[in-house]
Amino acid sequence: MEKRLILNHKEIEIILKRLAMELIENHNDFSNSAIIGLQPRGVFPARMLVEYVKEFTKNPHILYGELDHTFYRDDFRRGNEQLVAHPIRIDFDIEGKNIILVDDVVYTGRSVRSAMDALTSYGRPAKIELLALLDRRFNRETPIMSDYCGKVIDTRGMGQKVLVDWNPKKLNVWLLNTHEEE
Amino acid sequence: MKDFNHKHLIGIKDLSAEDINLVFETADNFKEVINRPIKKVPTLRDTTIANIFFENSTRTRVSFELAEKRLSADVVNFSSSSSSVSKGETLIDTVKNILSMKVDMVVMRHPSPGACVFLSKHIDANIINAGDGTHEHPTQALLDAFSIREKLGDVKGKKIAIVGDITHSRVAISNIYCLKKLGAKVKLCGPPTLIPKHIESLGVEVDYNLDNVVKWADVVNMLRIQMERQDIAYFPSLREYSMQYGLTQERVERSGKELIIMHPGPINRGVEITSEVADSKNAIILNQVENGVAIRMAVLYLLAGDK
Repeated sequence: MEKRLILNHKEIEIILKRLAMELIENHNDFSNSAIIGLQPRGVFPARMLVEYVKEFTKNPHILYGELDHTFYRDDFRRGNEQLVAHPIRIDFDIEGKNIILVDDVVYTGRSVRSAMDALTSYGRPAKIELLALLDRRFNRETPIMSDYCGKVIDTRGMGQKVLVDWNPKKLNVWLLNTHEEE
Repeated sequence: MKDFNHKHLIGIKDLSAEDINLVFETADNFKEVINRPIKKVPTLRDTTIANIFFENSTRTRVSFELAEKRLSADVVNFSSSSSSVSKGETLIDTVKNILSMKVDMVVMRHPSPGACVFLSKHIDANIINAGDGTHEHPTQALLDAFSIREKLGDVKGKKIAIVGDITHSRVAISNIYCLKKLGAKVKLCGPPTLIPKHIESLGVEVDYNLDNVVKWADVVNMLRIQMERQDIAYFPSLREYSMQYGLTQERVERSGKELIIMHPGPINRGVEITSEVADSKNAIILNQVENGVAIRMAVLYLLAGDK
């Protein structure tokens, strides 16, 4: 398996800081906004983002939650693996709020679709936005677009994987060629 | 990736500790779902489930039906008293006819031990045992252990007493398997006539004195006397049983500690447990019922999701 580094630790931090600034540009003091990380992997960039937003706005009260979309997925029973759920932590009312959904990689857009279903069973947000650290823009299977994007990567669908190593000591983004097609 | 790898849930005997913990972790998520304002997820919207009950039931049946509906499955209910079984149709014929109407999963309660295993050899659908005679009642054992875990943080190393009619209780057998697999210490208590010989081979202890057992235990699970399964008199009178093996407030206080009291229901108040104890703050009987829905959602989800 071929492995190529796309982003290193430093670059990821710079990108997330830039995205935090973009969020502040649109959401001012975050009084009616909340950041929600998508389980399982979107919570890592989301937690970092929240810290940056707190630091830049000097506001320690940024609403933050974590959402799991397992029970809303459209590939239940269609894959080979058991889909295992993750905890949901949303301890505020999302009704009327501006919600920023955060995921690490947006690929087909299907998980974002199910996440929106999962989110609306908690209430009706005023607005839902999507923030993605990485956007594999040519592989979309749904009409979903990120509002905030860290980096666009052009990849083939099959045979390539984008892997973010969220281990805080490593924190790298890798592009894997799995050679399945060759 | 964790895998459940079971097509049916016939008994706890077939599960590993990892399987049981996966059910618990999944049930944690479903417990969050059933406490939301919108208590429903669309996961099983393409699944049809038949609840086939050849024996009476309130809790298990309502609990399964709610679990199925909260997963968005289509549900058909069937009970033997109002069906063609009374006209002499066999079990396999009945179930095959129901399945030919495109049913994917069967939840079955039956008075004969082994009815679910028998059925699983003849039909294609996923089968969940909701109690088969005196054999097993796996979802009850799972929700009991889940309730202990919720209350005490863990099941491992905890001392759990099961008191009452062990011989005729499928709840007792499933509980023993489940608790032992999770590393708990289990003691059985009841009249010698209602405790099977050689039950120690399952790794449990037996003590015929309830006061000693209550002093020892962290959790006491009181079972009902299963009159409907007893063909002979196993003890002289209900009054005597109640004096020897009934859990009273006095007995709980004499133990001098915060005892957790469980009961799988239905309760015979004044026989195995007094109203005072059953309604006390130490009793988690209604928590067990609430957890039952989450556990059954988890079991349905894991069985349906396994290829």
